[in-house]
Amino acid sequence: MTWHLSIRNLAAAALLAALALIPVYCHLTGNFFLLSLFTRIVILAMAAVSLNLIMGFGGMVSFGHAAYIGIGGYAVGILAHEGVTSGLVQWPLALAVSALFALVIGALSLRTRGVYFIMITLAFAQMIYYVGVGLSRYGGDDGLTIYRRSQFGGLVNLSNKTVFYYLCLGLLLATVYGIWRLVNSRFGMVIRGARSNERRMRAIGFPTFRYRLACFVISGTICGLAGVLLANHTDFVSPAMMHWTRSGDLIVMAVLGGMGSVLGPLFGAIAFLVFEEVLPILITLVGRPFLGRAAAHAGEYWQIVLGPMLLLVVLFARGGIDGMLASLRRA
Amino acid sequence: MPEPLLEIDGLTKRFGGVVASDDIVLAVPAGELHAIIGPNGAGKTTLIGQLTGEIAPDAGHVRFAGHDITALPAYQRTMLGLARSFQITSLFLDFTALDNVALAVQAHAGHSFRFWRDARRESELREPARAALARVGLGQRADVIVANLSHGEHRQLEIAMALATGPRMLLLDEPMAGMGPEESVRMVATLRELKQELTILLVEHDMEAVFALADRITVLVYGRVIASGAPDAIRANADVRQAYLGEQEAVTDG
Repeated sequence: MTWHLSIRNLAAAALLAALALIPVYCHLTGNFFLLSLFTRIVILAMAAVSLNLIMGFGGMVSFGHAAYIGIGGYAVGILAHEGVTSGLVQWPLALAVSALFALVIGALSLRTRGVYFIMITLAFAQMIYYVGVGLSRYGGDDGLTIYRRSQFGGLVNLSNKTVFYYLCLGLLLATVYGIWRLVNSRFGMVIRGARSNERRMRAIGFPTFRYRLACFVISGTICGLAGVLLANHTDFVSPAMMHWTRSGDLIVMAVLGGMGSVLGPLFGAIAFLVFEEVLPILITLVGRPFLGRAAAHAGEYWQIVLGPMLLLVVLFARGGIDGMLASLRRA
Repeated sequence: MPEPLLEIDGLTKRFGGVVASDDIVLAVPAGELHAIIGPNGAGKTTLIGQLTGEIAPDAGHVRFAGHDITALPAYQRTMLGLARSFQITSLFLDFTALDNVALAVQAHAGHSFRFWRDARRESELREPARAALARVGLGQRADVIVANLSHGEHRQLEIAMALATGPRMLLLDEPMAGMGPEESVRMVATLRELKQELTILLVEHDMEAVFALADRITVLVYGRVIASGAPDAIRANADVRQAYLGEQEAVTDG
């Protein structure tokens, strides 16, 4: 793939530069809410990018991807609660558990196609959600506070918000690069071929199931890492972090950003989460002259604005934000 | 007579009350181009499906190169050297022609759990793929997205993909379906070249092509073999004329 100086690549470069400079801006202005918001964005972007590996490239629409956020998060939370705070134990274990769950869920659900696949991944995620609700020792429905972030023996201090942000950003960029290599490798060609025409893949000699399953496990493991980071970010885990609407959010991020590229879901995650913050404020401001005091409540319905935007993307810009940027070059 | 490369013995498949394959016995020695003809609904596609492993027979055996492959899944048959093309074009439409063939090469270049190197830059995959494209006359179209190729080019690409798997035998399911006269002529020339090196089982409606190419012809009617032999013998066979060729002429005359 050649590296053109297109508007899309400029936008990607500008975005990465902006992400890298966020902490600088926050230190200069003292606005640390923004740092917290963008830490969240970077973490959920990682989850969306991982979902897009199976959804956009592999054609496997998982409607239960938030489950891995929960599994990764709970692994950290439960270990911390039991006194194991070393990240060198927590993190590998969290990833291994995520991978194991993905292996089992994938092995069962990849035998189905289309709507059935969507439903069975949702069903597994719901099961895991209710297991979380049932874990009374670990807070049940109320969740579990994490009193110490993962310890890395003085190597990195995750309690430092700037350090933690850069760690998350670094891991996100490593993930994006790794997935970009992956989708262009032999393995990636098999995954994309199976999305395009699985019957033909088998006819030319590929046992597609094991490749799709491996891809599913890789995706689930990366999403589990996002869960590890999210638990450390919020110092808290609860079943809400794997509610099915969160799985839906991840799909929306990928579709909004563009499923056809590795970077698309990153654009989508930023757009989605910035909208989530900005739209309520905008609606309140715009609505005040008409609605008076009720405008404050109107902001809660920000998704009324997001919905039609998503509709427009699906109807007129299949490639999402990334696709729109890519087409600007020709305009 | 040498041991046949493909041997079908007593193959039977029923769909409800319909017997789609009725005790089919057929042997194709190495080096032969064997054509299967028959009117619509004769069970040609069902037969091909059982040879490729997509349809499981109710009874009978299929042997290929000394192996009993009756119960083997499709991808393992391909690995043994039995490659197929599809009647209805079945390609990776969003890939380039070269990507399509390179995938077929990749299928036979060991496992694909390789996650890092750019597959589109591996000459180990790209060179054989280019060669296969050149053999079917698509060398100039390698970098075109398949959705933008013509129907005839799709059919040629089908053959290139089957070739790229390095097969011992090709199963060609109506390679000339829907082709214009000019494209058909080109396809016949390609097949004539391929039959120098490969054993081919050809299912085809285009009688002109079949009689021009085939060493032997088997005629299938209602799932049963009613005749099998050299083209001249088939042409002269009264049963065949009645069941098939007459009807075909009537159709072409009309």
